[in-house]
Amino acid sequence: MKIIELEGVCKSFGKQEVLKDVNLSLEEGNTLVIVGASGQGKSVLLKHMLGLHRPDSGKVRVLGHELGKASERELKEVRKHFGVLFQNAALLDSLNVFDNVALPLRQRTSLSSKRIAERVHELLEMMDLPEAHDKFPAQLSGGMRKRVGLARALSLDPQLVFFDEPTTGLDVHKSNEIYRLFHKTREKLGYTGVIVSHDVPKIFKLADEVALLAERTIQVSLPPEKFQISENPLVSSFVNTTMGPVYISENEESRIS
Amino acid sequence: MGPVQALGETSLYYINFAGKMTLLLGQCIWAAITPPYDWRAILRQINFIGARSMGVIILTGLFTGMILSLQGYHLLSQYGSVSALGAGVGNGLIRELGPVLTALMVIGRAGSAICAEIGIMRNSEQIDALSCMAIDPVRYLLAPKFTACVFSMLLLSFIFDVVGIFGGYIVGVALSDVSSGSYFQGMADAIYFSDVKMGLYKAAVFGIVTVWIATSKGYFVHLERLGGFGAEGVSRATTNAVVLSSVSILLWDYLISALMI
Repeated sequence: MKIIELEGVCKSFGKQEVLKDVNLSLEEGNTLVIVGASGQGKSVLLKHMLGLHRPDSGKVRVLGHELGKASERELKEVRKHFGVLFQNAALLDSLNVFDNVALPLRQRTSLSSKRIAERVHELLEMMDLPEAHDKFPAQLSGGMRKRVGLARALSLDPQLVFFDEPTTGLDVHKSNEIYRLFHKTREKLGYTGVIVSHDVPKIFKLADEVALLAERTIQVSLPPEKFQISENPLVSSFVNTTMGPVYISENEESRIS
Repeated sequence: MGPVQALGETSLYYINFAGKMTLLLGQCIWAAITPPYDWRAILRQINFIGARSMGVIILTGLFTGMILSLQGYHLLSQYGSVSALGAGVGNGLIRELGPVLTALMVIGRAGSAICAEIGIMRNSEQIDALSCMAIDPVRYLLAPKFTACVFSMLLLSFIFDVVGIFGGYIVGVALSDVSSGSYFQGMADAIYFSDVKMGLYKAAVFGIVTVWIATSKGYFVHLERLGGFGAEGVSRATTNAVVLSSVSILLWDYLISALMI
């Protein structure tokens, strides 16, 4: 079942055209990674899927709802199935770690304080942050903030989780930590994932599909192995720039095809 | 771009912005008057907007009453009617200076902080994060500020009046030769319920105007015409909010006075 479908999405800000005839879909349970150079509109595309931007034309269907035409109430209903990890984690800076993670539980459920506390402890344990409860976002490192953001995103067992540049600004060790957590939580919770990233090729390990956004549109959306040997000139240029030339033996080619 | 096109674009921008602000006002009022009420957030905001403004309100009220009394005494003594000092001080404070100066102080102390807080939350995607968690940012963030600002403005305005009357008493009675009885009797004879009502209406309206402009300018900081991003954008929006709120208070003061006088 297709959980996300974009058809002919166009978006301009003033005279600047950012997205042009974008077509993209994602099957339930899969992970889609959207890659592309900086400034190509990856975050804008993600915000369309979140209902934060409405397309000028085209359709954005998420979980069967047409977000471009949805009322605020309908958007709120759809978003109940979302978890979002923003680029800078977007933690509420006036709340400590515990209150940040507890926020969706307090606002959207009628769980008792005790049950909420248990759930928050469980999530922070999962993120290897058992000692951070009382700290405020400003007192956390970039990696810790992302982990708290992930704990908050997963607090209500979402069906669909979005990650906007989850490893930007992190060193190699912390990036690996985020990928490990992504893998671990996805195994455990079984959510569908959309990741916007430029951390190529590492991010390919997490992907079922990789889509390249270039020249304002999605060039291809392919499994990572096929993406790396795609003949689309923009894709091969991107792969060469980010990963270096890919050597393909006849055996590898026959195995992939 | 020709001047006519520029004028048209500017006009459209301001009409669009005013429309967004008006819609936000409606959403905020609806969220503030309908349950569920977040009492903890409301009390926290009353503490920030109201309780922490007490010092500046007491000082401003005291000196305003003293100045009013000093100037009033000087003027009235020329006509031999210093017994009207209490009436002048009371009326001036309750009908005009109490609500207006209270609002201007709250704008300077809390309005600017509210605008900056919301603006930073908008720029750091905290408001988008709330929306994506299916939490209504208007109900969660803005409604408690609305309720608290209106309530605090009423209370602070009352405190301003009382302290101002006391300040007038110090100058008129303790430092000059007006008798205590004539000061308070003159006040009681000249102040009617309609005067108190006018003061209350003004305080309530000023509370709404103050918090509406502060929250709107922060909430829509990303739509600022000269760019609302970064520290400079928030700083510009905050300055605009303070200026616009202050001018609006004086405009509404005139309108309410003209309607109720």
